[in-house]
Amino acid sequence: MAEILIKNVAKHFAGHTALSDINLTIADQEFMVLLGASGCGKTTLLRIIAGLETASTGEVWIGGRRIDHLAPRDRGIAMVFQNYAVFPHLTVFENIGFGLRMQKRPHADVTARVEKVAGLLHIEKLLKRYSGELSGGQRQRVAVARALAMEPDVILMDEPLSNLDALLRLEMRAELKGVLAESRTTAIYVTHDQVEAMSLADRISVMHAGRIIQAAAPIEVYRNPAAEFVAGFIGNPPMNFLPAAAQGRGRWLVAGQIFDGPDHHGPIKFAIRPEDVRPGDSGLAAQVRLVEPLGAHLLVTCMIEGTMFRAVLDSDLSLKTGDRLTLTPQPDRIRWFDPATTLAVA
Amino acid sequence: MTEALVTPQSARSVISAGRVVYLTAVVLLCAWVLVPLYFLVINTLSSPATVNSFPKPLIPEFDLGSLRFFAGFGGMLDALKNSIIVASMTMVMSIVIGAPAGYALSRFEFRGKELFRILILLTRAFPLPLLALPLAVLFIRTGLDDTTFGLALVHTTLAIPFAVLITYSLFSGIPVELEEAAWTLGCTRFQAFIKVVLPLILPGITASAIFAFVISWNEVFAAAVLTIQSRTLTAFLLQTLGEAPMHLKFAGGFILVVPALIFIFAVRKYLFAMWGIANR
Amino acid sequence: MSTRYLPYVLILPTLVFLCAFFLYPFALVTRQAFGTGDGVSLDTFREVTSYWKFPISLQNTMLLAAAVVPVQLALALLMATMVNRMKKGRDLVLYVWTIPLGISDLAAGIIWLAIFEQSGFLNSMMLGLGVIDRPTAFLSYQHPGMIFLAIALAEIWRATAIMLVILVAGIGLIPKEYYEAAEVFGASPWQRFRKITLPLLRPSLQTALILRVVLAFEVFAVVAALGGTIFPVLMGEIYAYQFDLQNGGAAAALALIVLGISIVFTLIILRVLRVPKGATI
Repeated sequence: MAEILIKNVAKHFAGHTALSDINLTIADQEFMVLLGASGCGKTTLLRIIAGLETASTGEVWIGGRRIDHLAPRDRGIAMVFQNYAVFPHLTVFENIGFGLRMQKRPHADVTARVEKVAGLLHIEKLLKRYSGELSGGQRQRVAVARALAMEPDVILMDEPLSNLDALLRLEMRAELKGVLAESRTTAIYVTHDQVEAMSLADRISVMHAGRIIQAAAPIEVYRNPAAEFVAGFIGNPPMNFLPAAAQGRGRWLVAGQIFDGPDHHGPIKFAIRPEDVRPGDSGLAAQVRLVEPLGAHLLVTCMIEGTMFRAVLDSDLSLKTGDRLTLTPQPDRIRWFDPATTLAVA
Repeated sequence: MTEALVTPQSARSVISAGRVVYLTAVVLLCAWVLVPLYFLVINTLSSPATVNSFPKPLIPEFDLGSLRFFAGFGGMLDALKNSIIVASMTMVMSIVIGAPAGYALSRFEFRGKELFRILILLTRAFPLPLLALPLAVLFIRTGLDDTTFGLALVHTTLAIPFAVLITYSLFSGIPVELEEAAWTLGCTRFQAFIKVVLPLILPGITASAIFAFVISWNEVFAAAVLTIQSRTLTAFLLQTLGEAPMHLKFAGGFILVVPALIFIFAVRKYLFAMWGIANR
Repeated sequence: MSTRYLPYVLILPTLVFLCAFFLYPFALVTRQAFGTGDGVSLDTFREVTSYWKFPISLQNTMLLAAAVVPVQLALALLMATMVNRMKKGRDLVLYVWTIPLGISDLAAGIIWLAIFEQSGFLNSMMLGLGVIDRPTAFLSYQHPGMIFLAIALAEIWRATAIMLVILVAGIGLIPKEYYEAAEVFGASPWQRFRKITLPLLRPSLQTALILRVVLAFEVFAVVAALGGTIFPVLMGEIYAYQFDLQNGGAAAALALIVLGISIVFTLIILRVLRVPKGATI
């Protein structure tokens, strides 16, 4: 059992707060992705769990054992680094076996284990090579194999795919998912790539400015963003926001159209994903500014009462700049946010 | 002949003329460095009589007379031995003392780091050999006067700033993730250093050690001030400059130059990394 | 061991060493120079500067630096740009050009002695060419200009390499794209050198110049080998005070004067070649 518990963790660097009061529980064998833009604190949090950085306050528990005072080697973790950190002076075999050698395992044991994980990652033919003779993708595989060979309780990955080219990234992503599911390890994976996060994660923790804004299953994060930040960060293009004016209890006027909404005091924002609108007879009156045909669909940028609005529409439509159209939102996909707290309003 | 045919030809001849000037300059500059050295070799490999004769031959006669005279000259071999001892001690001390500081500078952010760096850089703007003057007095009090160890201490002071800055740039060239990876794979800080950093840094460390050796080997002023009986080769040659015969000076000069040639050859790969980054 | 204290433990040996053999002796030199028995006084400085050899050795040192450093700078820049565009044989040429880097000033003095002494190679070649019919004693009272030239040549020969290495490393750090961009905008090779290489090389030029100027004021063994007492320089006078005259206080005072000159020139170079904040590569 390797449940990870992060309690009130904060990290201050000279005069600036990298992490403030992080609380997170990661279940045994769960694949948790920390998602956020650069500088949001996701890598700092990962490094605190790994023991490469010390938290200013707070506790980290793994498998019921408090580990925040332990050295990295005593935490039962393994880590895959962004630049792979494959030791250049050792062969692939010795790289993968490095941790096992440190544990002073018998040679036969090391060989067996190295060959097993090398097979798992399809690098059994490269065992005699040095890092300089490997491609980026092969180095990546060595780094993952080296971590898996430790049979750790927890595997930590810091943007492991970001240095690969697009096609290779797609391939490795699928492979990583399979290998990790098979190894039944708890995994924490840091990335700024939301597609990667969606495809890999059991749960995503969206981070911003040193805080976790929302930790939930990918589809939940996508469909029901807990805050404006999440709505604007996830999805490409992100969610659209329009100002709404109160028209009595639970009724709101958005761009000349009345919508049913939450019973809420004070101002509120209307939000809808670009793919959740359709051209229709009634709805939001829009004027087309830009049409980008993306193959599968059209990305249409338009203005609705002076606010920019993006819609993903059927590619059969023939639209051009200056056209007027009415966009009908799918009623069950409409979300509402309080601009004061930026949080979702039910 | 049309103009269209003439133009490219003349353009080509302009390019090749530039090329000739360029190559000539390269050859001349090489000669500028090598010819004086060649003259020294001629004098060293000639008999004492030839060295003092006039005019000089332009080809060495491969006579070991001068070198034999050098070896037989009273105190010369001791001076050579002293030079080697002092330089070796300087080499070991400056690396053992300087490399940890270089590591600290490359791996840690700590209070006073800038101050420490400034102190290191400051030493380079100082005419350091001058510090041998008060040390001469101090050494008499502590019994270090006229010892190879005392001189090695001063030479180590000369070499340490370089050792720190060079190792700093060498350590900075090793990604810190390699060490971190080793920590997560079961190493202590020390084990990670021994198993991962050291093998990668060893050639560079060797180069900077040789560099420290040459700093000491070449140093004249402090050596002359601090030693009387246990003179180093440079101090001995300086002392005998007035009265020594020509062939002794040239043989001595030759012996001084040989390690320099080997040194530059041995560290040529690191010369620019060492100097370039260390001097930023 | 806690990581908080580790860096201090690591720099401690160097710190102790520099305090014991750099800061402390520096304090001693200062005290010796200013103190004459009781209290602080400038007597020693007055004594040193009023000595008849002081103006001439100061002048010699400065003239030598003024003659040597600009030539070295120009030569090093020329060599560095030549090496930079070299494809074949770059390593060999660089090896040859950097050989003097490892050669001591004493050895360099001896090497040039072989050329300039009375029965040396210069006289031999001039005789061979029929320019003269008997050798001249270049390094004697009759030829002060020749002594100066010999010392200057030996210094240029020996110490250009250190500038070359710093400049080659500096040029290596300038991205090729800047040159390509300048070429696209129509800059000639000379303009590219003036507008790109020189400004971007400023930090390296700074270092190279400071190092060379400070070392130029410390010129000693080359002079001892070639000029002897005919061409007095500051460092040689310090040596003479310490040994021949057994006057430690005077040696210390003169040492501080050399130090002062070095610091003044370092500051001037830093000021003239300063790099605007944020304008680095």
